[in-house]
Amino acid sequence: MFKIIKKKQLNSAVTLMEIEAPYIAKKAKAGQFIIFRVDEHGERIPLTIADSDAERGTVTIIYQAVGRSTIMLSQMNEGDSILDFVGPLGTATHLDGYKKVCVVGGGVGNAIAYPSAKALFNNGAEVDVIAGFRSKDIVILEDEFKAVCSHLYITTDDGTYGEKGFVTNKLQSLIDAGNQYDLVIAIGPIPMMKFVSKVTEPYGIKTLVSLNPIMIDGTGMCGGCRVTVGGEIKFACVDGPDFDGHQVDYDELMKRNSFYKEREHCDVDTCRMLNAKPE
Amino acid sequence: MKNMSQYKVEMPVQDPLVRNKNFEEVALGYTPEMAMEEAARCLGCKHRPCVEGCPVSVQIPDFIARVAEGDFAGAYRVIRQTNALPAVCGRVCPQESQCESRCVRGIKGEPVAIGRLERFVADWARENLTGEEVPPVFNGHRVAVIGAGPAGLTCAGELAKLGYGVTIFEALHTPGGVLSYGIPEFRLPKYIVAKEVEGLQKLGVEIRTNMVIGRVESVDELMDEGYEAVFIGSGAGLPSFMGIEGEALSGVYSANEYLTRVNLMKAYREGYDTPIRRSRSTIVVGGGNVAMDAARCAKRLGAEVTVVYRRSEEEMPARREEIHHAKEEKVQFRLLCNPVRILDDGNGNVRAVECIEMQLGEPDASGRRRPEPVAGSEFLIEADTVIMALGTSPNPLLHRTTPGITVNRRGCIIANEATMATEKAGVYAGGDAVTGAATVILAMGAGKTAAASIHEYLSQK
Ligand SMILES: Cc1cc2nc3c(=O)[nH]c(=O)nc-3n(C[C@H](O)[C@H](O)[C@H](O)COP(=O)(O)OP(=O)(O)OC[C@H]3O[C@@H](n4cnc5c(N)ncnc54)[C@H](O)[C@@H]3O)c2cc1C
Ligand SMILES: Cc1cc2nc3c(=O)[nH]c(=O)nc-3n(C[C@H](O)[C@H](O)[C@H](O)COP(=O)(O)OP(=O)(O)OC[C@H]3O[C@@H](n4cnc5c(N)ncnc54)[C@H](O)[C@@H]3O)c2cc1C
Ligand code: SF4
Ligand code: SF4
Ligand code: FES
Ligand SMILES: [Mg+2]
Repeated sequence: MFKIIKKKQLNSAVTLMEIEAPYIAKKAKAGQFIIFRVDEHGERIPLTIADSDAERGTVTIIYQAVGRSTIMLSQMNEGDSILDFVGPLGTATHLDGYKKVCVVGGGVGNAIAYPSAKALFNNGAEVDVIAGFRSKDIVILEDEFKAVCSHLYITTDDGTYGEKGFVTNKLQSLIDAGNQYDLVIAIGPIPMMKFVSKVTEPYGIKTLVSLNPIMIDGTGMCGGCRVTVGGEIKFACVDGPDFDGHQVDYDELMKRNSFYKEREHCDVDTCRMLNAKPE
Repeated sequence: MKNMSQYKVEMPVQDPLVRNKNFEEVALGYTPEMAMEEAARCLGCKHRPCVEGCPVSVQIPDFIARVAEGDFAGAYRVIRQTNALPAVCGRVCPQESQCESRCVRGIKGEPVAIGRLERFVADWARENLTGEEVPPVFNGHRVAVIGAGPAGLTCAGELAKLGYGVTIFEALHTPGGVLSYGIPEFRLPKYIVAKEVEGLQKLGVEIRTNMVIGRVESVDELMDEGYEAVFIGSGAGLPSFMGIEGEALSGVYSANEYLTRVNLMKAYREGYDTPIRRSRSTIVVGGGNVAMDAARCAKRLGAEVTVVYRRSEEEMPARREEIHHAKEEKVQFRLLCNPVRILDDGNGNVRAVECIEMQLGEPDASGRRRPEPVAGSEFLIEADTVIMALGTSPNPLLHRTTPGITVNRRGCIIANEATMATEKAGVYAGGDAVTGAATVILAMGAGKTAAASIHEYLSQK
């Protein structure tokens, strides 16, 4: 069992939790993820390691409650335990040797981008962050980002906070203003990653995206997480989750990700989390 | 008195058209009377040909003689001397190519039903013998086992009996390996696997699930922590795809994914959260046990199922019994047929599979006649789900993160066949990780050999 040490609501849908998992905490690197299972009946669900503390033996996850399993997790409290928590999975993001980087996050993707920004900053890189949100009430990690970057640009779709507009507009204007990035990291909804990659492609700026296909085991055993990158099949759980943004087949990923959507959403009303409270 | 019937005593099974809608066990097992009647068919041959057909040398005539006398506890003791998982092997061993293939009764008529008898004895023992295993005295040496499949479980059990402190590190949340995530409930009920695992724990074996070695800790780190030897039994779990057009469409599964959703995650049961496609029409590509299991699961989930295999039935590597059961359950077979591409319904889902007819040409390297496409024979089979059961290979994670270990061209860990020692001192490997996808009993045999070698190595150290 893995104990929830801390729980913090970052906005109405996004929760931060620190989980006691000393072995994982010792090894976790930016770009890696865990898979959790709430209880015996639960799914195996991947979440990025947002932070870790080897000394305290804790791993931080930040997630958006979007469906059954993430909603169940978000209803648990400090002191409760979840049944399974396995990691660190995936290949760590390679972050050495960059001088100037732009990290672009969209929505909860900002939580996934944060550890990379932090690691780059600690490696001595100049880091610009563009954090995009739909509107002011869902802005997360503002202070955390400020501590690990040279410039933080917040954008909102509706203009209620920061600059109005999309992250792609901001990135374009930063490039136009003469910023020479040797790496762009883009993490967020699939269309956002696709369009950020489109912005950087003409300039030949290396662009890393973090893909979120449906996973089960996370060890390369099921092939359910396969994505097409540069015309080749890759297993995101072992070969990724980071890939060259200019090579990814985003449309295919988007279709594969919606495979179980209908099923899960139509029976979410009768979801057992509403009836049973996990102990 | 010998029973000279040419036929095995039938084992009761669930009616095919009932069982193809549930996940309960297909074969119901012998009653004591049936077992004794079948045991009386064994001639107790002095030269024991059947024993040679068994990779772990179960003393077949001896245990069967005790069954014939009604001494089931005695029979169990005989089996357990060489086989740690008889309830599993009696159910899943390919007996027709192992023990039973050598039985003299098979020359004229059917061989003695060795597998069914082994299963009977093991099941009887589980229900009737309570003898608590007393953990042996710890001998001061610790050994790490990676992977809780048949190879790892067997190796751990053997070492624990010798007094070693054994810890098994398993990547998934449940031990058992393929026995848990691959082979379905209706062929191998999971309580049987759980019971075997419990037995190991009573022997003092510690099982740590959710530990992916190579990520959370490396083999070298385990050795630094005081494990004096390591056994790698990580299996061959990496699925293959055909590389044809349309394989990335939604509705195309590897058999591993499909079976993991169904067996490990229990997607077929009410109250479990993992989703699975309830398809109308499923095509399973392949001809091994894995293909049969996937097909029969899909059937039970309500689909029309067609197995597409590029050679003929004779070449199918699956156990005969599984093919027979699948047919009884109304799984369709399209033999000498191979998919060439998978068609899109316009929304990224599978609509149909284009196949081509095959004919058998000259024998290839494996000795089997090579299937060749018949030009112009393409045709469509409508389907909304395709399951690829094309074979698996070892996962590269361990050898990539363990300096000193070598692999062959097929990614299998290189180990000495007689000792299972790898090229790295103190590290042993066995089972599918070394042979590529094979059988439960061969994996167990390798685990046992490795345990003996580890014992020798640590005794001399
Ligand atoms: C490597 C990786 C890292 C991730 N990191 C984060 C993170 O840090 N924070 C965060 O909020 N989300 C993260 N996600 C996404 C998160 O895993 C999904 O939102 C979650 O699985 C949804 O499950 P659900 O049952 O709550 O919702 P559902 O309604 O079941 O799913 C919503 C959507 O999530 C996807 N999904 C469903 N099941 C799975 C599954 N087993 N594996 C992967 N995706 C699935 C599908 O696209 C689905 O349409 C990550 C995904 C991956 C692959
Ligand atoms: C669907 C299916 C049906 C089959 N039917 C039959 C049958 O009827 N009869 C028969 O004899 N054989 C059958 N087989 C083959 C048989 O199951 C295998 O040969 C056997 O299980 C191999 O045993 P193993 O211990 O080597 O590996 P596995 O059973 O594969 O176990 C390996 C274990 O190691 C774990 N692992 C892997 N990597 C790591 C890591 N890095 N760290 C920690 N743990 C790790 C895995 O999660 C797994 O639990 C079947 C196989 C399949 C897939
Ligand atoms: S272990 Fe397998 S091969 Fe050996 S006797 Fe039993 S069924 Fe036959
Ligand atoms: S070969 Fe057949 S008849 Fe002879 S001892 Fe073995 S099981 Fe009995
Ligand atoms: S999640 Fe199963 S192979 Fe990646
Ligand atoms: Mg879900």
